[in-house]
Amino acid sequence: MIPGDQQLVIGRYRFDSRLFVGTGKYASFEQMRSAVDASGTECVTVAVRRVDLGQAGNLLDHLDLERITLLPNTAGCYTAGDAVRTCRLAREALDCELVKLEVLADEKTLLPEPLETLAACKELVADGFVVAAYTSDDPVMALRLEEAGAAAVMPLGAPIGSGLGILNPRAIRRIKARASVPIIVDAGVGTASDVSVAFELGVDGVLLNTGIAAADDPVLMASAMQYAWKAGRAAFLAGRMAPRDEASPSSPTQGLVARS
Amino acid sequence: MHPDAGELQITVNGESRRVPAGTTVAGLVSTLGLGAGRFAVEIDARIVPRSQHAERHLADGEVLEIVTFVGGG
Repeated sequence: MIPGDQQLVIGRYRFDSRLFVGTGKYASFEQMRSAVDASGTECVTVAVRRVDLGQAGNLLDHLDLERITLLPNTAGCYTAGDAVRTCRLAREALDCELVKLEVLADEKTLLPEPLETLAACKELVADGFVVAAYTSDDPVMALRLEEAGAAAVMPLGAPIGSGLGILNPRAIRRIKARASVPIIVDAGVGTASDVSVAFELGVDGVLLNTGIAAADDPVLMASAMQYAWKAGRAAFLAGRMAPRDEASPSSPTQGLVARS
Repeated sequence: MHPDAGELQITVNGESRRVPAGTTVAGLVSTLGLGAGRFAVEIDARIVPRSQHAERHLADGEVLEIVTFVGGG
């Protein structure tokens, strides 16, 4: 945790690390585990899928569940009904009510479907879930999700898997300014500086997957992401200097030796 | 052959299966080698809580979904 910072609180869940990472797209369970460890995260996303009856080994056997909280997602759901069903299955399997709600509009854009997301959020909250809701970077929609009871709102930085960074930093800042629940930038992060930028905007957390998993060296990139969130968060807490158009000397202009 | 003996036709994760009559959810799960892992079972789109797996008998034609967790973002 950064000196002077507080824990990130989402419902009854508390985290020292503000970095959330996904567990998809890795070459092996071993690589995934090494990347998760190198990132320092305390919370990873997982997807709910049919048991593969022919497959040996399970993802969860490769995670230190004493230290890491699982955040089941509803990836692959395009309706509120499917998302709610998926969350209930996840809760039954894990006995844990924290979920990442993600209802997408279509397979091409992978952008959030706002009406279905909102409907699912309301139903899940009424059913006792702690909902972290994935959404676009629309400040109004973020507010609607908060009003619907979301415990955290997760605006995208850029489309899922794009690695384009924070496309609309002003929108992210406005979302944060109006929110009273944690804001976690989710999706679009391509490299370490994107994570720092997000935290410098004041957000409470960042969730990423492809930015680590698709790096040439995922474990090294996971380590870079840990530096990046800490650097960005510390910079935000430190309060940056006001930018200015004119130069300003850093060394005294008095006491110079005689010029020749 | 015992008159109660027989088989049930069920569907598990989209695949048709035959199991002995009288098979419970717990029995099926054990046969599938899932043991004590983290998974959830639905029958005909309704969750069967883990506490009921031992006594819940399967019926002919039922459709089961058994899910677990995989890597995802």
